[in-house]
Amino acid sequence: MPFSSIDDLKQRLDAGETSAEELAGLYLDRIEKHNASLNAFVHVGFEQIMAQARASDSYRAKHEARPLEGVPIAIKDIFCSTESPTTCGSRILEGFTPAYDAHVITQLRKAGAVLLGKTNMDEFAMGSSNETSAYGPCRNPWDTDRIPGGSSGGSASAVAAGLAPAALGTDTGGSIRQPAAVTGIVGMKPTYGRVSRRGIIAFASSLDQAGPMTRTVKDTALIASIISGHDAGDATSVADAPSVDWLGACDKRNMKGLKIGRPEEYFIDGMDAEVRQKVEAALKQCEEMGAEIIDISLPHTEYAVAAYYVIAPSEASANLARYDGVRYGRRCEDPKDLADMYTRSRDEGFGDEVKRRILTGAFALSSGYYDAYYRKAQQVRTLIRQDFLNAFGQVDVIATPTSPVPAFKIGEKTDDPITMYLSDVFTIAVNLAGLPGLSQPCGFANALPVGLQWIAPAWREDIILSAASAYESATDWHAQHPKAYGGAGA
Amino acid sequence: MDIDVRKVAELARIRLTDKEADALGPQLNNILGYVDSLQQLDTSGIEPTAHPHDAAMPLRADAVTNTNRRDELQASAPKVEAGLYVVPKVIE
Repeated sequence: MPFSSIDDLKQRLDAGETSAEELAGLYLDRIEKHNASLNAFVHVGFEQIMAQARASDSYRAKHEARPLEGVPIAIKDIFCSTESPTTCGSRILEGFTPAYDAHVITQLRKAGAVLLGKTNMDEFAMGSSNETSAYGPCRNPWDTDRIPGGSSGGSASAVAAGLAPAALGTDTGGSIRQPAAVTGIVGMKPTYGRVSRRGIIAFASSLDQAGPMTRTVKDTALIASIISGHDAGDATSVADAPSVDWLGACDKRNMKGLKIGRPEEYFIDGMDAEVRQKVEAALKQCEEMGAEIIDISLPHTEYAVAAYYVIAPSEASANLARYDGVRYGRRCEDPKDLADMYTRSRDEGFGDEVKRRILTGAFALSSGYYDAYYRKAQQVRTLIRQDFLNAFGQVDVIATPTSPVPAFKIGEKTDDPITMYLSDVFTIAVNLAGLPGLSQPCGFANALPVGLQWIAPAWREDIILSAASAYESATDWHAQHPKAYGGAGA
Repeated sequence: MDIDVRKVAELARIRLTDKEADALGPQLNNILGYVDSLQQLDTSGIEPTAHPHDAAMPLRADAVTNTNRRDELQASAPKVEAGLYVVPKVIE
């Protein structure tokens, strides 16, 4: 049962074979047993989680079950929720318990879900390996010497190890898709504006988007159907977004006649040869199932990481100005004046990577450099968007590797920020363009999971879900789970 | 170009110890060296993208929608007194 899909758990709950209380107990037992080796969870309130589960069982006894009735879902430590501390993996928010729920948390509660604790993450979602967390690194259940990806590393590790059936993550430059890829699960970043950002601690406001991390494509669609939709409380939540028949898209499972673009810039020297081979094999299989593979070019791809590392830090430097030691969060001891309070609280509260990004952003926005850096990067962002628009004139969907390499060793890339930044070379352009992207398992490289990434035009998550469901139904990569955690292995 | 890490840290209101400044200086210069590849592209006449969708900022009615939750919101503050946030003296 720990490796069951939500779909499966729902059927068992509906049939009365299990209860929300039993499920919560099962996953809490597993968290108690395995979290020491993974460090996937950073806040787990055992009693309040059991109370949520019992409340769900009572609801079910009296009413018709809601769409996620009694289903435990782990939550990245970036989503404000009133039942638990929310610390964004940072010392500066140590002990902070929000006074309100993020919009998506409200949606999950309304759907009957049980919030299963807060998961580890890179500090303020800034990282690709979960190594910048104030709580220490999280580990990959396929090999605990390796990273689970980041920044939603704890959510990925928890789902992959069967400590939760599903989780919420956020994705600013690949932070859902890359960890999903390197831990062998499904993760989707919806179109920018599809999911409300209210109550999600902001990193880069024009890039951040929340999404599901699950075992199956259908589970991703189910959670997306619950958390998406307009929220008047978020000015960037799009009111007239074209709607999607989330579950219907999965049922269609259509590969026949699908035009899949294969961008040459995403199959390059320098990427892991085995990763490349697995993704090529997946495309071949799609072709055998009736898809047409079309070679395309996204010519500005090589500039995406550079544009991102101007835009995201610039937005972060503005967003993180709010941590001033006044209204919430850490304040240094005995400040001698206001400036001392600001500067020392922020020095003590922020880790090295967060400081690097704030300073990079403050520089790019500073007088005399704004045009050369920030404005220039925004112009390049236009070129990157245009690349995708041109490509979608020729193809329905684009397929690429999610990450150029499988999970790397903890500590392997911490000395060189640029090498770490390049971990997201295949995911970042999707955020810059505001498009939906999904990663799903497509094989193993040296016994480590490999991810296949699907990218669709804005608001067309249905194309991704249909293609990914078709691929999933023809393969069993998603059904392999790490042996060390009781799975069937690979 | 060499970034003045002390000056930028002052702009960002982050105190840096000498050790931190020594480590961050070269790292920031490397990052800026990397993003300088953007200068290779001719972007004259290209409109900047600030946001993925070109939507106008929505407006709402100018009406109070929040209830007064001062006590709950201030519960997270490091120092409050009589409903006010307390900070070190600003003006002598």
